Amino acid sequence: MSEREKILGRIREALKVSAPLPGSHGDTSAVHTAAESPASHAREWLPSVGASEAEQFALFAKNAADLKADFQLFASRDDLKAALTKLRDAEKWSRVASHGGELADLACKALGLPVTITDRGYDVQEMEKCDAGITECDALIAQTGGVVVTSRSAGGRALSVLPPHHVVIARREQLVADLPAAFAMLQQKYADNYPSMISFITGPSRTGDIERILVLGAHGPKKLTVLCF
Amino acid sequence: MSFVSQFKSLASAKTRDLRHRSVIRTALRSYEVVRDKRKAAFQSWESARQAAAETKWEAINHLDEHLVALTAKLEARGTKVHWASNGAQAREIIAQILRDKKARCIIKSKAMTSEEIHLNDALEKEGFTVVESDLGEFIVQLRHEPPYHIVFPSMHLTRGEIKDLFQKELGDAPSDSPEELTMVARRVMRQKYITADVGFTGGNFAIAETGMISITENEGNARLTAALPKTMITLMGIEKVLPRFSDLALFLPMLATAGAGQPMTCYNTMYSGPRQPGESDGPEEWHVVLLDNRRTELLADAEQRDSLHCIRCGACLNVCPIFRNVGGHTYGTTYSGPVGAVITPHLRGLQEWKHLSNASSLCGACTEACPVKIDLHHHLLQNRRNASAGQPSFFEKLAYMIFGIVANEPAFWSLAKKIGWLTQPLQRAVKGSALDPAKAWTKTRDLPPQPLESFKDWWRNRK
Amino acid sequence: MTVTLFIPCFIDALFPRAGISMVEILERLGHTVVCPPEIACCGQPPFNSGYWDEARTIAAPVLEKLKDAEAVVIGSGSCGAMVKKFYPELFKNTPHAELAKQVAARTWEFSDFLVSKLGVTDLGAKFPHKVTFHDGCHGLRELGIKTAPRALLGNVGGLEFVEMKEESCCGFGGTFSAKFPMISTAMGEVKCAAATETGADFIVSNDSSCLMHIQGLLSRQGSPLKTIHLAEVLNQR
Repeated sequence: MSEREKILGRIREALKVSAPLPGSHGDTSAVHTAAESPASHAREWLPSVGASEAEQFALFAKNAADLKADFQLFASRDDLKAALTKLRDAEKWSRVASHGGELADLACKALGLPVTITDRGYDVQEMEKCDAGITECDALIAQTGGVVVTSRSAGGRALSVLPPHHVVIARREQLVADLPAAFAMLQQKYADNYPSMISFITGPSRTGDIERILVLGAHGPKKLTVLCF
Repeated sequence: MSFVSQFKSLASAKTRDLRHRSVIRTALRSYEVVRDKRKAAFQSWESARQAAAETKWEAINHLDEHLVALTAKLEARGTKVHWASNGAQAREIIAQILRDKKARCIIKSKAMTSEEIHLNDALEKEGFTVVESDLGEFIVQLRHEPPYHIVFPSMHLTRGEIKDLFQKELGDAPSDSPEELTMVARRVMRQKYITADVGFTGGNFAIAETGMISITENEGNARLTAALPKTMITLMGIEKVLPRFSDLALFLPMLATAGAGQPMTCYNTMYSGPRQPGESDGPEEWHVVLLDNRRTELLADAEQRDSLHCIRCGACLNVCPIFRNVGGHTYGTTYSGPVGAVITPHLRGLQEWKHLSNASSLCGACTEACPVKIDLHHHLLQNRRNASAGQPSFFEKLAYMIFGIVANEPAFWSLAKKIGWLTQPLQRAVKGSALDPAKAWTKTRDLPPQPLESFKDWWRNRK
Repeated sequence: MTVTLFIPCFIDALFPRAGISMVEILERLGHTVVCPPEIACCGQPPFNSGYWDEARTIAAPVLEKLKDAEAVVIGSGSCGAMVKKFYPELFKNTPHAELAKQVAARTWEFSDFLVSKLGVTDLGAKFPHKVTFHDGCHGLRELGIKTAPRALLGNVGGLEFVEMKEESCCGFGGTFSAKFPMISTAMGEVKCAAATETGADFIVSNDSSCLMHIQGLLSRQGSPLKTIHLAEVLNQR
């Protein structure tokens, strides 16, 4: 018998005896017959999010600021491109990494710098020399001030975490209200063919391991910039 | 020395160490402030707790079905799933993968299960280089000590101690500023991510519906561990299952809130396979090792089965007055605090580890703090009951039998009180000395004076 | 009504004034008080240590004596929790199972009885001192008692109430205090420091066992801070 069969066998044997439901005060006769999942009403209990796009962007902006992420919302793609070149000059970038995609292409063209493109594989040591990683994203989440990236839509696994500055280029339509909406969107978008990595990024990398003092840029990016139009 | 003697000895030392107590109190006070703020931001933290508890009930009470579904989906996309009944099997599976890959260096992100099975020691003995990338784990690895807390491994150290450590072990410690010390670790780790042969991670949640493993972290070291090395290994307890992808919308913010007082941890990443066709990077091979290690025994104890609902947030450690005063290392085992006191007797032996369940005033702060409503402090009582039933202490049982006789018979009770009153001068004479039967109390506390007239005397005299 | 007052073993032997105060308060409110002389202990010490057979030996006669009580009032949060929350657990699958549930339903801790059952918060008491309150953990977490004692203290003439900055277990925990005295003492030190920081003259509690431990530490420290049971405060006129 394989270990798998042994372990599953032990589990099935153990589960022959019922355990009390939470909050049932030890009554094991209460049978769990919920048709929908217990967490399906999570929206009602998580922190509240306004209904309008304006409220949601305001919430996203506030949360991003609390996280020490830089967020800017532009009226046009030209304004975004201008801000990007300003950022390049202020940060003194000489090389960036990115991936293929409409918004990523737009950003790289605007920057006019040497780019390491990840799409068909790349040299990690070359990416390590890049000042910033420019990626697209799957969603902005108002409730958390966070960004959702995947290995399929953001140039692989390392691009959004290895370079010291992560820049996200997003469209305003990509804003979703809350975490339940983000998971529902991902489930609908990718159905049964998920990217091998989906990551919810909430602020620049950080640690509190030394005396619980917040330090940014522990291993991942020290800076996170979200540019949206 | 037995585990219980070791515990008592360490507890005595640590409770006398006022500096240590102060460091821990300061750390946990700052945690409490942000935790309360984040809980208040929820529209209903209590409703969230109930839903989380019910979701975990569903996960654990259908564990076999969920594990089968999880495994099928993982394997369909090229992941190799291994099953380990115990730590020895898990270590061997992992070591064999390293041998097959002719690996030399393995970079790890934080995994308490790897502590549980003493993986690092085993791999290092065989000649592999093991690097802990999480800053707190990296620090305690350099100190050759286990993690102090399941979420904050280096909580017990001051910046000065870490500076001295880095100076001694790395020759690199410009100052004691947390920022500069963190940058030292960042620099050290950089090339290790790029050159390591194997990346090793734990797992916070395993999603049965979509065949994913979700990893929660703040630093980004797990993301890098799972991105760059050619081979990735994930070790996870079988109890980490959640039924649905959408369950994460509830569990991720609750884990962050209860565990660290954050609205969301910085990186929450779901992996569904090794590098897929069309993807530009990622491990060519992903091995997931599912660990039992006596969890199925805990599962079989229906009364305490909900201990397997634990999401390892550490909230119970943070509020526990015992933990706060003795610290994580005193427990002498991987899982400390209230959850450790509950599960360790099951995972490592009831009679050898029952003292962890005994070392509690049963205040219930843990149960109140638990985001998935595990009945922690009542489980401590149940462990005590099971331990005494299995191996009663002759003297304790006798003492309670006598106490029962005295309590049930008014004449004996009255006599006992009189004896107590009469021997007070004697008590005062031997107070605190080796002759004092109440030494455990009187070493640090005065005994209350016993009045001549008890309540029952007064009540009787009223008539 | 007729109130069956269950005075815990340590109040009987060590802090009778607390019990006497409870009797006087209830009688002043017009109720008949009975104190069954045969009931000495609720059985919590063996129960907490895991010796449930021995606990049942003590607790079963207690249940029998309380069988016909109209209302059972217990003078401590921990003993109250024992009868109200733990007796049903202790007697599960035994002949006393049903009786345990019935008695539990008719049992209250003293302050909870006054406020929740009798609807009384003003006893016309006077206690012109600065006080702080220690919530015994069993009363707080097993019985949910937090507002009742504060409502009662709020109506005491001349009393200035100040809350401790942090809430934590005093460290008594029954036999825990003797089995793990170093941890018990450390926890008590934290409690004493929190109480001292309030500048209060008295620490009040609805649990004498907690106060016994806290007072033991305060006396050893030579602290001027004094401890007093809630019932005694409410009986001061």
